[in-house]
Amino acid sequence: MPEGRFRRFLLALGAALAGALLATPAAQAGLLFPEAGGSPNADSIKTLYIMVFVLALFIFAGVEGTLLYSLFKYRARKGRQAAQIHGNTKLEIGWTVGAAVILVFITAFTFIKLNDIKDPKPSLIDENGNPIAQVDNLQTASTDLKSIKGPQMRITVNGQQYVWRYKYPGDDNLLVYSDMVVPVGMTVILDIEADDVAHSWWIPKLGGKMDALPGYTNKTWFRIPLDAIPEGQDRVIYTGQCAELCGRNHANMYARVIGMRMPDYKRWYAQQVEALKQAKTDVATQQEKLTESQESAGQDTGQ
Amino acid sequence: MAATTEPTTTSLRPRPQIIATRVDRERESWTSWFTTTDHKKIGIMYLATVLVFFVLGGVEALLMRTQLAVPDNTLLTPERYNQILTMHGTTMIFLVVVPVWAGFANYFLPLMLGARDVAFPRLNAWSYWMYLFGGISLYASMFWSPPEAGWFSYVPLSLKEYSGTNGQEAWIYMVHLTGLSSILGAINFIATIHNMRAPGMGWGRMPLFAWTILIYAYLIIVALTSLAATVTMLLLDRNFGTAFFDPAEGGSALLWQHLFWFFGHPEVYILVLPAFGIFSEILPVFARKPIFGYKAIAASTAGIAFLGMLVWAHHMFAAPMSTVVLAFFMLSSFLIAVPTGVKIFNWVATLWRGTVEWSVPLLYCVGGIATFTMGGITGIFLAVFPIDWQLTDTYFVVAHFHYTAFGASAFAMFAALYYWFPKMFGRMLSERVGKFGFALLFVGFHLTFLIQHSAGLSGMPRRIYEYSDSSWTAYNFISTVGSFMIGLAAVVTVGSIVYALKRGPRAGADPWKANTLEWFVPSPPPENNFDVVPRVRSVEPMKDIRREIEQRTGVEQRYRSGQPQQR
Repeated sequence: MPEGRFRRFLLALGAALAGALLATPAAQAGLLFPEAGGSPNADSIKTLYIMVFVLALFIFAGVEGTLLYSLFKYRARKGRQAAQIHGNTKLEIGWTVGAAVILVFITAFTFIKLNDIKDPKPSLIDENGNPIAQVDNLQTASTDLKSIKGPQMRITVNGQQYVWRYKYPGDDNLLVYSDMVVPVGMTVILDIEADDVAHSWWIPKLGGKMDALPGYTNKTWFRIPLDAIPEGQDRVIYTGQCAELCGRNHANMYARVIGMRMPDYKRWYAQQVEALKQAKTDVATQQEKLTESQESAGQDTGQ
Repeated sequence: MAATTEPTTTSLRPRPQIIATRVDRERESWTSWFTTTDHKKIGIMYLATVLVFFVLGGVEALLMRTQLAVPDNTLLTPERYNQILTMHGTTMIFLVVVPVWAGFANYFLPLMLGARDVAFPRLNAWSYWMYLFGGISLYASMFWSPPEAGWFSYVPLSLKEYSGTNGQEAWIYMVHLTGLSSILGAINFIATIHNMRAPGMGWGRMPLFAWTILIYAYLIIVALTSLAATVTMLLLDRNFGTAFFDPAEGGSALLWQHLFWFFGHPEVYILVLPAFGIFSEILPVFARKPIFGYKAIAASTAGIAFLGMLVWAHHMFAAPMSTVVLAFFMLSSFLIAVPTGVKIFNWVATLWRGTVEWSVPLLYCVGGIATFTMGGITGIFLAVFPIDWQLTDTYFVVAHFHYTAFGASAFAMFAALYYWFPKMFGRMLSERVGKFGFALLFVGFHLTFLIQHSAGLSGMPRRIYEYSDSSWTAYNFISTVGSFMIGLAAVVTVGSIVYALKRGPRAGADPWKANTLEWFVPSPPPENNFDVVPRVRSVEPMKDIRREIEQRTGVEQRYRSGQPQQR
């Protein structure tokens, strides 16, 4: 009974798949699933990925299983005759529609999850680090990135061969390179630009990548969870690197995002601004000295 | 032109064949290879040139894999790595997989259609020489400064300001020469298919390989002309002061990506559709069963080609584009999965209830379908644009397109080689060595590329010449081991070819008991192919001819396929 055996084979396959699925939560992110855990959009991408993964696993097992089954089961042996079948219209229409239906499911999944990934979530804290009560969907008023309400931080990311530069909001015009420091719980919106060639901004645990293309501004966002900082430490570090070929040192164009608690962040920010001012003053005094010495030197030779 | 048929003796022989092998071939000097317009010779020249470039591209791949085998490796400098990366991609796409189908189609299209040559034999010779010179002009840059902006040459990196060397010009020149070669070749194939089919061969009786070559040719005309314009714009930007792509002067860097992928996505179907044709030809022969759903396979080929022109921006989901655009390209990419899935189902159904002979060509086909299925499924992940934001430009994508381009195109290339070698050279390749080579290639391939999905998922970007992250080390080492197995498989296959050319057992006209007209003529075929073109009554004319001979002689035509002919 080839039909009966095939059914048993399918059953066994189903059981094996179910077992594999039960084991998947134990599987490490990275081996089977994308990185996540640093931001709600990365988490949503992972959820969407797992949905597609489960569906794909069944399709994969079904197609490869049938292929291997027919390869072994119908291997040429003495006395066997091949069935001279040219096709079966009903069956062919059936699997065309079947394939389309699966894709409709995936489309539905995607659009259900899309807003969670694309639209920034409101911050968990205000500018002073006090928690904000979260009511679902109250503060995400629109699908437009620009119009989330409440506290947020807008950083301009600029890709240059081979370093990332971050411009902080505010009158201090603080520019920082490579390491971006942000308060945890705060929604950070990134305007991604490039000065020279194309780069791509990507911190895997904080969500998908966005290309930095000269002449364009690309946008993405992230919000590090409040509990991301390990107990007894003052920061959490997420690493990434440029994902678009940008020249010879493309492999060394690293980026880090460092999450700090609000007071620590404020202290860090003040230090940076202070250091900047100090550096400016230093340069100014040096310049003054140089001009003076030149002037005096000029007077010397002039005499 | 001395070949003659002797119908009276033909009907008395145990197997249908024409006696032309008994006629001495005219002696030819080596210069005939330069002057020939014979589609079979040109086909062999194409395939031999492809083999050389395939080896070169393979060596480049092995160099990259060796560099990445361990973290912080210093085997290659970043400059050298980017050059090799560019050469590998460019070679495999433009100098191997596109021309390999031109080579097989050159040799077999006229034979399968029952024609005595292609429609424009001299144009055909010109196509070949342009391809060769295109390849040489790219490789000549190795002695100076090879291009290093990737096979996709994204601007602004490929502009003069950031890639100052002339390697980029060599790349543009190569694209023009091989592109013109492909376009002229495509016109030739289209004219041949439309006009030179055997009597009785309507569109519904045309071999599926000819169907895929027809669609391949139309796609080449759409895609490669567009690319020619695009690289000309790059050439002007680099050397003549225009600013199509330079954002500093009001040009658009995104425009290049759109134009390039408008060529680039049809291109992947140019690479893969003829491979589908090979699967559709070889499976029925060794399952001893007609192809399942001939019309669906032919129609889905056309469907894939049409949809293939509407999905290009799924290569650029992370670029600045509005959500509506992203959603459109996601849905069109989903749609293309339907005809592709239909093909896979049809191939599986062709094996179903057949009597499957595990010959080397069949194994390569089944291995190719199994691999391609995996690539198709990872393609669904990449088509979902939010998921793609995580996966694009990582090793996940590298794995994905090697599963499709290597899985379908290269496996089909090997299948076609084993299947048609007896026809081209009149000798059989060793089945035992072939099976060993297949096992090596299959295991080596999956060892190399399966693990690359995980490397990508754990954050490893493409095109980096070194890494220090320790969690990527194991993935990369496994991948490198696998790549050397692929290299070994290639060595085994090439060795097998060299051996069989001189010492392989004689094949006879129809060693596989196959279905299409190329097996009607002696192996190798005489210069004029057919003295008499048989009338075609079905998709499987050779089956009809064998049946008719059985009826006339009253002797059942029983012999095992793949065995040397007994005289």
